Amino acid sequence: MSDSKKDPDMSSHRLPNDEYLKNFSDIKPPLSQYEAHIEANRCLYCEDAPCISACPTGINIPSFIQKIADKNTDGAATTILDSNILGGSCARVCPTEILCEGVCVRNKSPEFSPVKIGRLQRFALDTYQPDQHPYQRSPATGRTIAVVGAGPAGLACAHKLSRLGHNVTIFDKQAKAGGLNEYGIAQYKMVDNFAQKEVDFIMALGGIQLKTQQALGEQLQLDSLRNEFDAVFLGVGLSNSKALGLEQTDIHGLESSLDFISELRQSDDLSQITIGNKIVVIGAGNTAIDIACQSKRLGAEQVTLVYRRGESHMPATSKELEFAKQNSVKIITWARPSSLKVINNQLVAIQFEKTALDTSNNLIGTESFFELPADTVYKAIGQSFLFNCFAGSEPPELINGRIDINEQFQTSLNNVWAGGDCVVLGEDLTVQAVEHGKQAADSIHHHLIWSKGNGDA
Amino acid sequence: MATLKSKFIGITSPNPFWLASAPPTDKAYNVYRAFEAGWGGVVWKTLGEAPEPINVSSRYSAHKSQSGEVIGINNIELISDRSLEVNLAEIRQTKIDWPDRAVIVSLMVPCEEASWKAMLNKVAATGCDGIELNFGCPHGMPERGMGAAVGQVPEYVEMITAWCKKHTKLPVIVKLTPNITNIVTSAMAAKKGGADAVSLINTINSITQIDLDSMAGAPNVGGQFTSGGYCGSAVKPIALNMVGQISRNNETGSLPISGIGGISTWRDAAEFISLGAGNVQVCTAAMLHGFKIITELTDGLARWMDSKGYQTIEDFKGAAVPQLTDWKHLDLNYQVIAEINQDSCIECGRCYAACEDTAHQAIKVEKLENGQRHFSVINNECVGCNLCQITCPVPDCITMVKQPTSKPKQSWDQHPKNPFRSNK
Ligand SMILES: Cc1cc2nc3c(=O)[nH]c(=O)nc-3n(C[C@H](O)[C@H](O)[C@H](O)COP(=O)(O)OP(=O)(O)OC[C@H]3O[C@@H](n4cnc5c(N)ncnc54)[C@H](O)[C@@H]3O)c2cc1C
Ligand SMILES: Cc1cc2nc3c(=O)[nH]c(=O)nc-3n(C[C@H](O)[C@H](O)[C@H](O)COP(=O)(O)O)c2cc1C
Ligand code: SF4
Ligand code: SF4
Ligand code: SF4
Repeated sequence: MSDSKKDPDMSSHRLPNDEYLKNFSDIKPPLSQYEAHIEANRCLYCEDAPCISACPTGINIPSFIQKIADKNTDGAATTILDSNILGGSCARVCPTEILCEGVCVRNKSPEFSPVKIGRLQRFALDTYQPDQHPYQRSPATGRTIAVVGAGPAGLACAHKLSRLGHNVTIFDKQAKAGGLNEYGIAQYKMVDNFAQKEVDFIMALGGIQLKTQQALGEQLQLDSLRNEFDAVFLGVGLSNSKALGLEQTDIHGLESSLDFISELRQSDDLSQITIGNKIVVIGAGNTAIDIACQSKRLGAEQVTLVYRRGESHMPATSKELEFAKQNSVKIITWARPSSLKVINNQLVAIQFEKTALDTSNNLIGTESFFELPADTVYKAIGQSFLFNCFAGSEPPELINGRIDINEQFQTSLNNVWAGGDCVVLGEDLTVQAVEHGKQAADSIHHHLIWSKGNGDA
Repeated sequence: MATLKSKFIGITSPNPFWLASAPPTDKAYNVYRAFEAGWGGVVWKTLGEAPEPINVSSRYSAHKSQSGEVIGINNIELISDRSLEVNLAEIRQTKIDWPDRAVIVSLMVPCEEASWKAMLNKVAATGCDGIELNFGCPHGMPERGMGAAVGQVPEYVEMITAWCKKHTKLPVIVKLTPNITNIVTSAMAAKKGGADAVSLINTINSITQIDLDSMAGAPNVGGQFTSGGYCGSAVKPIALNMVGQISRNNETGSLPISGIGGISTWRDAAEFISLGAGNVQVCTAAMLHGFKIITELTDGLARWMDSKGYQTIEDFKGAAVPQLTDWKHLDLNYQVIAEINQDSCIECGRCYAACEDTAHQAIKVEKLENGQRHFSVINNECVGCNLCQITCPVPDCITMVKQPTSKPKQSWDQHPKNPFRSNK
C-alpha cells in the first residue's frame, strides 16, 4: 500500500456531499433550556469561587450560573459580557478543562465532574437577543485611538475604549475582522458564521470604525499612526508559521497549517477543497490537532501526527488529544523530521529520526530513522511574530521574539500599547487576548485622561 | 426476618402502609391496582351525603425546588364526586375480593346527629373495617360547615365523635386538621368523644405560587384562585411535630395514631412510627410515583428493621418519644463543635460564607503554598449551630463533635439565671 513512488493522491470531493455538513457541524451543540437549567443547579455558588480566578477574564461564573438557574438568562448574559465582550467565542473555544472547569470544586471526590461552565456560558449568550446594545458610550472625550489588528485582543480593546468615550479606528490586513476567530479556529467549533455575528455585536456599540485590508508595514506605518492618533494599540497576533528547517523552494505538499485552516474556514463548499490522502502533521499543539482532525473530516485516508517528545509533554490539552484519537488520527511520539522525499517537485514521503532524552533531559536524536509516505506535510510547530510590520518606523522593543510590554500593557514607545498573542505575557488563547485588550484599554484610558493632568473624564 | 404485619386498633393488614383518603382511593379500579401492588390498606376517598359535590378545573399545583423537583403539592379538590351508592357498592365488593386488606371508609356529613347515623348504617353494611372522620378538608367543605370548620372547634370534634361511637360498632379514627394552633387540643377532644384513634395530618392551607404574568395563583380556575391544601414531602416536618406532640402528652399519649403527611420513603415511615404512629398513610408519594412505590417502602422498612434487630413494628413504635421534651429541659452544658474532614473537603467555601456572613465567624480560610484553600473551625468561636454542616455539599464532611465537659447536666429549669427555676 504505502508505495511512495506512486503519484500523489490529491483531490477534492472525497466524501459524499452530506458527509461534509455532518463532519463540520457543531461538535458541542448548545444546551437546551432544560439541560442548562439542570446543569446550572449543579453549581455550588462557591465562596471566592476558584473558577473565577481561573478564567483569564475573571467572569463572575457563580453569579451568571445562578442567574441561569433563576431563569434570568439576560442577566446571566450581561454578567458574562461585563467581563468578556467576546464571551460567545470564548464559550466555544476556551480549553475549559484547563481553565474554569479545570478548577471547579465538583472535579473533586465524590463527583469528579465539573460544572459545564463553557456550555452554560454559550447557552446564556446564544439565548440573549437584546433589542439594543447592552452598553452605552460615555460622553465623547475627543481622543482618537488606532487599534491595529481586529482579532480578539483588538476587538476587546476597541470596544472598551469606545465605551469609555474615545473614538477608535481598527485597522486589519485581512478582508474580514475577527482575527483567528474568523481565519483560524476549526469550523466545527464556530459554526453559523459566529465570528462575524460577534464582530457585528461589538461594532453595534458605535464609535468604532473598521478599516480592512490595511496592513501595518505596508499601507500603514506605525510612526504615522502615532502622529495621527492619541494612542495606538497593537493586537497583530502571530502571523508567521515557524519553519521546519527542511524547506526547499517550490515543493508541493509542504504546507503551512494556518494557510490551510484559513482556506477551510473561508470556503463555502468544503467538497471543493483539495486534500491529500496520506497526511503527516508535525507538532502537537492545538493547531496540529485541529489540522489533523479537519483533514480526516475532509476524507483523508491516513492522518499521522508526529511529535518529537512524549504524550505527556504535548502542548495540546488532554481533551484535544482525546478528540484526535476519536477522529482516528494516528499519533507517533519521540520522532523529528530529518528529510523530505520529493519527486518532480512533489512531496512523496518524509523521513524521521527517533528521539530520546539524554541524562540531562535534553532532546537528542538516536540515529534511528523511519519513513512515512506523505503527499502532504503540515507544519504546526508554532507561530511567530512577523517583525516586518514595523518596516520604515521606529519599532518597539521586543523580548523572546515578541513585543515587550510593562504591567500596563505599554510598549517601549510612549503612546503605543500591545496585547494578545503578539506580546510575551500569558498563554496564546482567545480568552487571554480578550483580557489583554480589556486591560490595555483601561491603561490607555487612564493614561490619556489622567496622566496628562487633564481630569475631564 | 422482620414482619411488617400490622394490627392497628384491631384492624389487621399485611403491612402498615395504607393509602390515605384521596384520589388514589376514589374507586375500586384504583384500589384493586393498589392492592395488587401490595398496599396494606386504604382509606376510601371521603364520602358525603347526596347530592355529590362538583369539582373545579384545574385542581392541583406544585411547589418545586430550584432544580425542578416537586417538594409539595396543593389541591382544591372536594370529597368524592361519585355517587354514594356506587361507592358503597364498590367498597362492599372490594372487601369481599381482598379480605386480608384494611378498608376504612372516610366520611363527612353535615353537623347533625341524624345525618351521621344514617350514613354510618349504610357504611357498616359494606363490611368495611373501620371509619375515618374527615374533620380536615380545608377548602370548599368548611364553607358548607363541614371539614376543617368542624375540626377547628374541639367541641364539635368531641360531639361528632361521640355520635359516631354511639351509632356504629366499627372502630372510629378521627382525622385531624393541622390548621389549628394546638394539635393536642384537637386530639384531646377526639379522645373525649371516644375515638379509637386519631390520624394526622390532613392538608395545610397554602398558596403555592403566583403566575407573575397573569397575576393569578395556582391552580388557576378561569383566572381566579383560592387557598388549597398542602401535602407531600414539604409537610413532613409539620406532621411529625404534631404526631410527636400528641405522643408525648400525658393525656393523649395512649391514643393510637395513624401517621400521615409527606411520607415518601421507608425512612419517613420509620420516623413517624418512632414518634408514636401505629401505622402510616400515604397520598402524594403515590400520586407522584404510582402504586409501585410500595415495594420500596416495604423493602426498605423491613431491611432497616432487620439491621436493628426489630422484629415487629411494635418493637420501635414510640422509641423516639422519651427524648422529645420542652426546650427548658435541654442541657445547657452540652456542647458540640463543628469539625471539617480535610480529606473530603472540596474547598467550595460555602461553610465559610454561611458562618462569616450569618453566624459566628467561626470558620477560617488559609491559602496554602500549593494553592489549595484550607478551611478550619475556630473552636472558641463555634457555638455548634450546625449551619456549616447544613450548607456543606459533601456528605459527612462536617461533623458536629461533642466536647468533653466537667460540668453536670443543667437545664434552664435549673439555671441560677432563671427566676422561675424549679430547684431554687
Ligand atoms: C489553528 C489555531 C487554533 C486555535 N484554537 C484555539 C482554541 O481552540 N482556543 C483558544 O482559546 N485559542 C485557540 N487558538 C489561539 C487563539 O486563536 C489566539 O490566541 C487568539 O486569536 C489571539 O488573539 P489576537 O487578537 O492576539 O490575535 P489574532 O487572532 O491572531 O488577530 C490578529 C489580527 O491582526 C491582524 N494583523 C496581523 N498582522 C497585521 C498587520 N501587519 N497589519 C494589520 N493587521 C494585522 C490579523 O489579520 C488578525 O486579524 C488557536 C490558534 C490557532 C492558530
Ligand atoms: C388531591 C387530594 C385530595 C384529597 N382528598 C381528601 C379527602 O377526600 N379526604 C381526606 O380525608 N383527605 C384528603 N386528602 C388529604 C390526604 O388524605 C392526606 O391527608 C394529605 O395529602 C397528606 O398526606 P401526603 O403528604 O402523603 O399526601 C386529599 C389530598 C389530596 C392531594
Ligand atoms: S471565558 Fe473561557 S475560561 Fe472564562 S469562564 Fe468562559 S469558558 Fe471559562
Ligand atoms: S467552582 Fe464549580 S461549583 Fe464552584 S462556583 Fe465555580 S462552577 Fe460553581
Ligand atoms: S462547605 Fe464543606 S466542602 Fe465546602 S469548604 Fe466547607 S467544609 Fe469544605
